[in-house]
Parts: sequence; C-alpha cells; structure tokens
Amino acid sequence: MSTMIATRDAYGQTLAELGEENKNIVVLDADLSGSTKTSIFAKKFPERFFNMGIAEANMVGTAAGLAAAGKIPFVSTFAIFAVGRAWEQVRQSAAYPKANVKIVATHGGVTVGEDGGSHQSVEDIAIMRAVPNMTVIVPADGPETAKAIRAAAAYKGPVYVRLGRNKVPTVTAEETPFEIGKGVQLADGTDLTFVTTGLMTAQALAAAETLKGEGISARVVHLATVKPLDGDILLKAARETGAIVTAEEHSIVGGLGGAVAEFLGENSPVPLKRVGVNDRFGTSGKAEELLKYFGLMPADLVEAARGVVARKGK
Amino acid sequence: MDSEKIAQLQEKARQLRVDIVKTLHKSQSGHTGGSLSAIDMVTALYFQVMKHNPADPAWPGRDRFVLCKGHAAPALYVALAEAGYFPKEDLMTLRRLGSHLQGHPDSKQTPGVEVCTGSLGQGLSMANGMALGLRLDGSSSRVYAMLGDGELQEGQVWEAAMAAGHYKLDNLCALVDVNRLQIDGEVAKVMAVEPVTDKFRAFGWNVIDIDGHDMGAIVAALGQAAGAKGKPTVIVARTVKGKGVSFFENKASYHGVAPSDEELPKAMECLGEQCYL
Ligand SMILES: Cc1ncc(C[n+]2csc(CCOP(=O)(O)OP(=O)(O)O)c2C)c(N)n1
Ligand SMILES: [Mg+2]
Repeated sequence: MSTMIATRDAYGQTLAELGEENKNIVVLDADLSGSTKTSIFAKKFPERFFNMGIAEANMVGTAAGLAAAGKIPFVSTFAIFAVGRAWEQVRQSAAYPKANVKIVATHGGVTVGEDGGSHQSVEDIAIMRAVPNMTVIVPADGPETAKAIRAAAAYKGPVYVRLGRNKVPTVTAEETPFEIGKGVQLADGTDLTFVTTGLMTAQALAAAETLKGEGISARVVHLATVKPLDGDILLKAARETGAIVTAEEHSIVGGLGGAVAEFLGENSPVPLKRVGVNDRFGTSGKAEELLKYFGLMPADLVEAARGVVARKGK
Repeated sequence: MDSEKIAQLQEKARQLRVDIVKTLHKSQSGHTGGSLSAIDMVTALYFQVMKHNPADPAWPGRDRFVLCKGHAAPALYVALAEAGYFPKEDLMTLRRLGSHLQGHPDSKQTPGVEVCTGSLGQGLSMANGMALGLRLDGSSSRVYAMLGDGELQEGQVWEAAMAAGHYKLDNLCALVDVNRLQIDGEVAKVMAVEPVTDKFRAFGWNVIDIDGHDMGAIVAALGQAAGAKGKPTVIVARTVKGKGVSFFENKASYHGVAPSDEELPKAMECLGEQCYL
C-alpha cells in the first residue's frame, strides 16, 4: 500500500521550507489558515504572514500589490472562494499584469464532502484555464505537490495550484520529474490512454490494473499541468494508442477533458471520453461516497475505457 | 411582553439547543459554535415574530429569513423542523448523501429555506433584493437576515449595507451575531470589524445593540425594528459562541467541530434546565 498524504499537508510543509530559503516569500490567507495549512508558515514567519480575514477579493488584490513590490505572495483559501469570490481580482490585478502571484487553493472538487455543493468547486480549473497568462497545476499526490510548489515559486508569473482536502495515495516516485507544462507517463499501454489530473490519476492506475485482466492495455498519462497543455505527450498517446479517456475531479465542462478534447479535436481526433462531474453541482456526503456518486471510481474509468476501445476504427 | 411568554421562548431555545447538539453529534460534521450563539435569535424569529406558515412554505404573505452565515444551518434546520416544515427525524440525516438537509442551506431542497447560502457575504444582498421586491408589490412582509461578525469582513456586506441605507429598506432587519470569534481566532485579532454599530449608522441604518441571549431584549429589538420607518434596522447582538454548553463556549476551536460521543452526555447535562437557566 502506498503512503497517503493530503496535498494540502505537503503544501504547508513545503511553504514553510520555502520561507526559510527565500525571504521574499509572503503568505496571505482568508481565515482558513488551519485548513489550508498556511498556519505552519504563519507560526514560523509571523511577520511575513497576513491573515486578511474573510475577504478574498481584497486578499488577491493585496497579493498583486505585494508582487508589484517585489515579493512572492502565496495566496490561500478554499478553491471555491479563491476562484469564485476573487475571480475578477485574479484576472485584472494578478493575471493581466502577469503579476508574480501564486494562488494555492485547497479543498478543490467534490471530496470536500459534507459541506456540500456550496463549497465544492467543480468549475475552478475551467475558470482559471480561461484566463490568459495563467498557469494551472493540479498535483496528484503529496510528493508531487512539494515539487509543484517549488516550481511555482521559481516561475515568474501567476500560477493557480489546486489541492485537495483528504489524504490521497502517493502515485509518483521520488525521481518522477516535475516541470511546469510537462506531463508524465505513469503506466505504459497500447489500447487506450487515460489522461488524468489530481486524485483521478490514482483512480486511473487502479483502472488500468483491472483492464489488464480483461486484456486491455491502458496507458496512464498524468497531466499535473492543465495549462499550458503538454501537446507532445497527447499527440504521442493519440497516435500510439488511438483512444483517450480523460479523468478529473471537476466538471467535464472546460477542465482537463475540455482542454484535451479541444487540442486533439484540432490536431489528432481519436475516440475520446471525458470522465468527470457531469455538469452538476456537488452535494453533501462523505468524500468516498461522493466519488462513487459522481462516477469517479476506477470502475467508471474501466467502463469508459471499454467504450472508447469499442469505438476505435469505426 | 409578559414574562410567561418570554419563559416559553427561553424553554423553546433550550430544546432547540438540545436538538442542535444531537443533530451535530449524529452527523459528526458541522458547525456547533455559531449555531448555538445564533439560536436564541432564530427562536424569537420563528416562534414569536415572523409571520410564516409551515404548511405552505411559499405563502406569499410570509416574512423571509436569510441565514447569511449559512454554516449555522443546524440552527435553522432545528427551528424549521420544530415549526413543522419537515419531520424532526430528518435532522438525523444532516449532511448525509441524499439528505435534503445539506451542509449549507439549499432552497432547492429544504422546505422553508429561502435562498442558498454558505459562501459568506452574499446573503444580505439577496435579503435586500427580497425587500425591494416585496416593497414593489406593496407587501407588508418583512425580511430578516442574520450575519456573523467575521462575515462582516466581506466587502459585499458593506456594498449591501450601503444599498439598504440608500434605498431606505425599512422592511429589512439584519441581525449580527457578534460572538467575537471566527475560524482562525478572535475577530479583533484576525481582522477587526469593530465598531460595528458606528459602521452601520454611517450607512444610514437604525442600530440596536443588545445581549443576543436575552430573550426579552431580542423580542423587544425586533419589535422596535418593525416600527422604525425610513431606514433598515440592524440588531447588533453580543453573543457567546457555543452558548449553553460550557466547554464549547468562547472557543474558536469548536467553530466547525461536532460533539463527540464523550461530549454528548456532558453537553446534554449542561443543557438540562437547572444548569442552563
Ligand atoms: C466567502 C467565504 N469565505 C470563507 C468561508 C469559510 N468559513 C466558514 S465559517 C467562517 C468563519 C465565520 O465567522 P463568523 O462570521 O464570525 O461566524 P460564526 O462565528 O457566527 O460562526 C469561514 C471563514 C466561507 N464560508 N465563505
Ligand atoms: Mg463570529
């Protein structure tokens, strides 16, 4: 059994380490520092931590100002509030001037659980992806989150990193490279490719195992960076496996599935199925129940894989 | 109002506190502190002040309640159940998959819930819209909106406060649950919002400052609000987060934590008459 780490925990740790290494790093939160884990940084570097209260729009604007003053602000709250409440501040104050603002949002997707639909962001990847200048990263696990946060700090410009609430299995290896804009192949296969992001990568790896037993060989390509999209790895997958299933803990509208469908539709059309939340709002329930309820389990991916394989050559 | 009626409302609030604790213990997820600080005001609204009809939740003549601080949904749900909007057993399904009792109020699902809240700072704007709409229709219905003190940090609250003052929404009454705590600690330390009364006064509101656990004062303030003409009224209620359960009181750490198995009997003991009143 692989280790289980919540991506937000890995974020909190890494941020505190970065604070040690780089005095220009400053952190802002909106009354959720215990949940987003910026509290670890806040304890170590109280003078570089700003709790802005329940005022997300002001927080993002302030971060843009800090960036203009030469700082590297990390801004955290739940995904729904970072992307929702502060959307136009993200667009106008951060992205438009290409400000060096890092928006690291936790509690993305339906695994927020019991808080329900008001708190489950199923559209944040789509919204952030539509903003020019924005980089969008959705790590699969704890170790990859640590690498992504370091890469975001080193990159100059606005970045949106989407993290989760719950512990997730580690699927990347210590030596798995992380480069913004580059996907990684975590399992090889010839009959179809799962193109996945976030915690759905683990689900796809499990689905690929099941499919093996049925004689279907599935490749798993993990795209931690949803934008800019790694076109090379997608073209290779389309050419070599001839069928694609995308999977994300997000609406099927406009997120990873949307991005992949747009790209392959223009460049290399193959049978494709988007697995995700089917254009609905979330609901209250336990995280594991909701993954099942919204069709985000390995079994759902297995079914989608059979479907695209059956469509090949038709 | 006569003291017997006040005593009845106090007893109702005590029962509803018991319901809140039992409901949250069952769900093992949800917001205890802010539900307990709000319940005396919610009780006064649903069992004394508001015109409403549980048998006909959409009755046009009803007064409206908007729980802007939507995480205190348990306080609203126990009152709605007690009033008869849905069976009390439903409370035990709070936050479960398939329940109509969502983690935050959902007007699509729960009878008696007027709008969807849960994202802080949006409720007062919707209450303004309801008040404007009711006024256009010549309705005598009133709109009540309850906010948290941490919620006052949202800029939209002040846009709404400005608009309510500008449009002289005297059919609107806001109640602010000033329990001095939010998630990360004391409101005064996280991002100070005081002086709350001066801020609302500056936006053209009629301001009433009360002890939010004094049932007589709550009912009197709501009566005074109904009589105030040409201005919206805000009741700035000084409360205790977790009120009624000694070990929940004044603790930020109990904001979003449900009572455990060990805590349940102790909490019930605190809510017993001799220890509570
Ligand atoms: C826009 C938004 N940001 C953040 C949150 C997360 N959140 C839920 S409750 C809460 C604290 C609320 O404090 P307060 O308004 O004082 O409520 P109370 O003390 O009455 O529980 C926060 C930050 C939210 N629900 N909405
Ligand atoms: Mg409060």
